[in-house]
Amino acid sequence: MTARIGVVVFPGTNCELDVEYAIQQLGGHTERLWHGDDTTKGVDAVVVPGGFAHGDYLRTGAIARFSPVMHAVGEHAAAGGPVVGICNGFQVLCEADLLPGALQKNAGLKFLCEPAALRVETTSTALTNLAEVGAVLNVPINHFEGNYVCDERTLAELQADERIVVRYVDNPNGSLDDIAGICNAQGNVVGLMPHPERASDPLLGSSDGIVLLKSLIAAATARSTLLV
Amino acid sequence: MAEASNAQPLHRQLGMTDAELAAVVDELGREPTHLELAMYSVMWSEHCSYKSSRAFLSRFPTQAPWVLVGPGEGAGVVDIGDGMAIAVRIESHNHPSAVEPYQGAATGVGGIIRDIFSMGARPIALMDPLRFGTLDDARTRYLFEGVVSGISGYGNSVGVPTVGGEAVFDDTYRGNPLVNVFCLGILPTERLVLARADGPGNLAVLLGSATGRDGIGGASVLASQSFEAGDEAKRPSVQVGDPFEEKRLIEACLELLDAKLAVGVQDLGAAGLSCAASETAAKAGAGMDVDVARVSKREPGMNAVEALTSESQERMLAIIEPANLDAVLELAKRWEIRATVVGRVTDTARFRIYDGLFDAIGVPGENPRPPIGDEPTPLNSDALPIADVPVESLGDGPLYHRPVARPATQDALQAADPGPQLRDKFPAGADLSAELLALLATPTIADKTWVSRQYDHQLFLNTVAGPGADAAVLRVKGTKKALALSTDGKARFCRLEPRTGGRLVVLEAARNVACSGARPIALVNCLNFGNPEHPEVMWQFSEVVEGMSEACEALGIPVIGGNVSFYNASGDDDIHPTPVAGVLGLIDELNERPPAAAVRARDDIVVLGAIRPELGGSEWAAVVHGLDGGMPPVADLERARAVHDLVATFVREGAVTGVHDVSDGGLGVALAEMAIAGEVGMKVELNFDGCTPAEACFAEPASVVVLSVDPQETAAVCGQAAAAGVPARVIGVAGGDRLIAKGAFDVSVADATHAWRDALPALMNRPH
Repeated sequence: MTARIGVVVFPGTNCELDVEYAIQQLGGHTERLWHGDDTTKGVDAVVVPGGFAHGDYLRTGAIARFSPVMHAVGEHAAAGGPVVGICNGFQVLCEADLLPGALQKNAGLKFLCEPAALRVETTSTALTNLAEVGAVLNVPINHFEGNYVCDERTLAELQADERIVVRYVDNPNGSLDDIAGICNAQGNVVGLMPHPERASDPLLGSSDGIVLLKSLIAAATARSTLLV
Repeated sequence: MAEASNAQPLHRQLGMTDAELAAVVDELGREPTHLELAMYSVMWSEHCSYKSSRAFLSRFPTQAPWVLVGPGEGAGVVDIGDGMAIAVRIESHNHPSAVEPYQGAATGVGGIIRDIFSMGARPIALMDPLRFGTLDDARTRYLFEGVVSGISGYGNSVGVPTVGGEAVFDDTYRGNPLVNVFCLGILPTERLVLARADGPGNLAVLLGSATGRDGIGGASVLASQSFEAGDEAKRPSVQVGDPFEEKRLIEACLELLDAKLAVGVQDLGAAGLSCAASETAAKAGAGMDVDVARVSKREPGMNAVEALTSESQERMLAIIEPANLDAVLELAKRWEIRATVVGRVTDTARFRIYDGLFDAIGVPGENPRPPIGDEPTPLNSDALPIADVPVESLGDGPLYHRPVARPATQDALQAADPGPQLRDKFPAGADLSAELLALLATPTIADKTWVSRQYDHQLFLNTVAGPGADAAVLRVKGTKKALALSTDGKARFCRLEPRTGGRLVVLEAARNVACSGARPIALVNCLNFGNPEHPEVMWQFSEVVEGMSEACEALGIPVIGGNVSFYNASGDDDIHPTPVAGVLGLIDELNERPPAAAVRARDDIVVLGAIRPELGGSEWAAVVHGLDGGMPPVADLERARAVHDLVATFVREGAVTGVHDVSDGGLGVALAEMAIAGEVGMKVELNFDGCTPAEACFAEPASVVVLSVDPQETAAVCGQAAAAGVPARVIGVAGGDRLIAKGAFDVSVADATHAWRDALPALMNRPH
């Protein structure tokens, strides 16, 4: 059975088409998950893509966490299913307590859309299992609120348990400890600010995100095999 | 001041002349009601009716076999083959942005996006040609920062990438910045819809935001009058944008059209509901009844005039068959947008407004709950219309043939050639290094990453070349094709000689598109001018239209849409005539990224086209040395076409590794930009007949392109150029870390890079 990757859409999400396109180009199968439905339709992995869920009103991700689908995503994650939040999706996962910490406004108080060099720090996650530790990937960022913060104890835990997944080589937004992406204790839930789908074709300037998306497809496939 | 204006009769308060009122009375055979007068005042405003410009706009060539929709609709549409079509439009939002930069720019973006998806196209790209005063002025920095934030805040959130644009700085725009917005959408050709209210009995459904008191009289008060000091009082005429509402509207409307649930869709822009409802009916030769009680209002106490002319954002009007109403309401509910039946198509050819009729006579739908503080509208099946006018008369505004006069100062301006003075100051042998660095640091030429990094320019995974490239290049997924886009304006040339200037604006945009390997297939223009009641402004306008038309004809580019913005002035100082051209090019087959505007080490550097000592209106003469007179460069249309075809062929065939057009700052700046981008120096000789080294470096002749060419290809490239009758000269070779033009300048690539890259951030990060 072919693994299926669910892509969550809230009103205001805008990267769903891109994530689906990039995954499909790599041979993956996607399925749209609507925010108002309390189900992940039995998919093997979930992506919460970027955009402005519910307009980012109140606070990024603050309303999205209450959408019915997030309950189902939480159950999927608790059962060990891979979940990846990209950009706004990372913010939603933090608000939903699937990941610790929060994303606040960039240090320069400006929106930033530009290439970023990321260093892979661990391969024990749903998003990096095919990458190499220390590899530097060129993957664009596109956010106003990407400045990762958490309390000291959480940071110590993230560091000690190797849960910092990717770091910025040249910190663009003031993130604590250069954090660009983190994971939960099991490594099946990953959030990152950069957009791997935007680095998935040489025609667009970088294909460094492919290894990340392939890792996700591999995690989904492993999960589907496990369940069968 | 308020007392004085209240003493005016109502029609003048609304911006209408006595003669226009007389025309309304003549049309109706009676005095208009307040509501009728309010509708005529906005529909007959300069902004909506083009009453001063219409007589000239018919000059533009608009025909080509691939044009599906020309000027006069929400957007122009061209067929690109493979069952796909492209919709494009450009608009100005100048005055709102001068009053409130963030919201002014944001709502400009929102408005143009609605124009695009009202045609059935998914908006996939924005471009923003911007013009401001000089950045030494704190208020200008505030306006610039606010406008960029507004575009960023709205465009990023609504989910349409901003893939390019311009930022030009000139004192002429100090009191009146220009915020032009270009949008492009893509659609399956079969989804194309026009805003037509066909079929009596069909329903007009208002989708999106509730209607508030924001933007009342925006078209007549803000867009169609000159600007005065203290115009912050006009703030209530500026609308406030909500990109989240718009994002849901886009998705809902495209779903509506995909499911074939709508006969036509029209956005509510200038003049609000009165314009959208009457226009859709007039275009179908039908009539329309509207019940103002059906309009969802944001605040209590709103009267019919306010509800009908409000320019509240994020609203669309869909014309649907009654049988589809339930499906439309269900779809709207899923996307969490309001949907209310506000009108009914009739066969009366009248535009009639009622208050409380529809519920009483059983028109499908129901009155929305009134805002807290308002009583429900009493039902009355015998209600008489509160406005009742021939539907065509609203859109058929007055047509003015305004006086046209060449300015008395024009001869003196043209005679003030900067050439002799600059020749004296910079004779052959003068060191031009400092001049080059100064030019690279002028805000118009300097690196604009400070702006473009604030815009999402990558969404939809189409952006092959983005901000900073000569033209933005977007792939068309599912095909081999790609699109090239460029917006350009050159007001100083137009001021010196508007007909030539009009030609040069078209040539530059077309040249940029050619540099990406595309052939131009459509042009839209945004014509920003001063007060049309000044005969000199109308002369500039008529000449620019003529020049742009000549260039479009010569290059075979149809004009498929445009926008005219008059009254750009502060007090009596009209802005320089500023036409902006947006050219769409098509690349039939894109297999790899087109060459960048960069040189590659060890490549030959080839100049295509003729270098002439044309300093009039150049950045070097006007900005660096304050000499803004003279004549603009020659605009040889035949030569331009030959150069464009040649360059596009070179790019398509992969014959060159780098390509960049010569524009602001001349050949010297073009070479420096290519060295900066390629991170490599060069050694060149700039010996051109009739030019001092300074003129060769900094003149801005038209139709000149710099190529970086593999030495093995140089002979072939020069041979092809000769065959096409285009001059081509190898001026040197790339290499090393210095930018050296023998007898002209010698600077390190690092210094050039710093000058170019640091200028804008340094200006913008200083305290207000």
